[in-house]
Amino acid sequence: MMATPPGTFAAAWIIARKDLAIEFRTRSAFMSAALLSLLAIVIFFFTWDATAVTPIDIAPGVMWVTFTFSGLLGLHRSFGVEAQERAMDALLVAPVPREAIFLGKALANLVFVVGVQMVAIPAVALFYNLPIGETWLALAGLMLLASIGLVCIGTLFAGMTANTRMAELLLPVLALPFFVPIVLPAAQATAQLLAGRPLSDAAAWLRILLAFDLVFLYACTLAFPFTLED
Amino acid sequence: MTVLLDAVGLVRLFGARRAVDGIDLALGAGEALALFGPNGAGKTTLLRILAGLLKPGAGRATIAGAALPADAARARIGLISHRTMLYDALTARENVRFAARLHGIADEPGATQRALETLRVADRADVPVRALSRGLQQRVAIARAIVHAPDVILADEPYTGLDEQGSAALTALLKERRAAGAALVVVTHHLHEGLAVASHAAVMRAGKFARLERTDGLDPARYAAEYRELVS
Repeated sequence: MMATPPGTFAAAWIIARKDLAIEFRTRSAFMSAALLSLLAIVIFFFTWDATAVTPIDIAPGVMWVTFTFSGLLGLHRSFGVEAQERAMDALLVAPVPREAIFLGKALANLVFVVGVQMVAIPAVALFYNLPIGETWLALAGLMLLASIGLVCIGTLFAGMTANTRMAELLLPVLALPFFVPIVLPAAQATAQLLAGRPLSDAAAWLRILLAFDLVFLYACTLAFPFTLED
Repeated sequence: MTVLLDAVGLVRLFGARRAVDGIDLALGAGEALALFGPNGAGKTTLLRILAGLLKPGAGRATIAGAALPADAARARIGLISHRTMLYDALTARENVRFAARLHGIADEPGATQRALETLRVADRADVPVRALSRGLQQRVAIARAIVHAPDVILADEPYTGLDEQGSAALTALLKERRAAGAALVVVTHHLHEGLAVASHAAVMRAGKFARLERTDGLDPARYAAEYRELVS
């Protein structure tokens, strides 16, 4: 039979499409994550003292706490579908590099996290009356940049913990400390943009974010195959 | 004869227990090994090593000359398990097609359709796997494993959940693949089904082959009696 196994990026795209098709059919993780985001935003809103803290000061923190925890739901799900009937075994026997599995999963997770953000950001803007009309493009770029780092770390640890008995507990415990170098500059840059400062004012934070993205993308892609070994 | 599966001195430890203990095995084109043994004998562990899913503690295994777990070796393997390895939210066709894509098959829709027809499940191809019975799911799982016409088929309890028609289709498929030059390793507790497709039969106990022989002239009833005595 004529067969030429796909290269790393082609295989990653095939795997990402499969994961997104499953999520599109079930929508289970997306609905949970979107609901968690909205719930968190509402709770933060009702505990907020508007006379003590301005919306611009509190909104970046609300956003990134919400994105971090809702994103974990999707990251956990990404390897849950492989564990159910040991579908991971079929993936590992297929002639595709282990790195392709990581990149495919990370790409699907990125779409998932960005999708949740698209629900949550308008909600934050609505509750805190944020002026995102003029800064939405820069804000979208910042969200994407930060999400890349988050999904790289999250996908690595989700893969590592998938076959453990306490995966749901272990994933946040392992991943959250590594989220800090991403969430910190992301929240700072978000604050700058929401305050109406020019993009150049947030450039230093964006550069830090970009550097961490590249480091995590490279390191997690290289480390992932080792997490699959028994 | 071309040696398709070659394993030398395979050892795998789980803690202090030797799950696989110095297994040597060579199967040529058109040869099939039926592997029997009690639970915990190491059959599944051996199969997972031969599929490249587990690293042996010692020894080496090659598929058509390519050392496991290289992509070139895995590309020639079709793995069937008692777990379906399917995504239940996807349809039968989508599951098989996903495997075809990962193997880079040129005519992926055609190969998918042929695999589903071979397992007599083409009429349910567009139904989500979760809506299929366990037996039909197993047929889809087998279709997924053979969509790329593998040279080496590794089957761990492949008859799990199959009805009479499904079992007959699987036996016919294994015989057809063997006749086409594939090498098979079939792990099963059903001696008659195993012997029906095999050129060699082995009994595994405590990680070793307790006996290994050709099936030519083997009397299944006598073999079953001897097997019971051996594992009791």
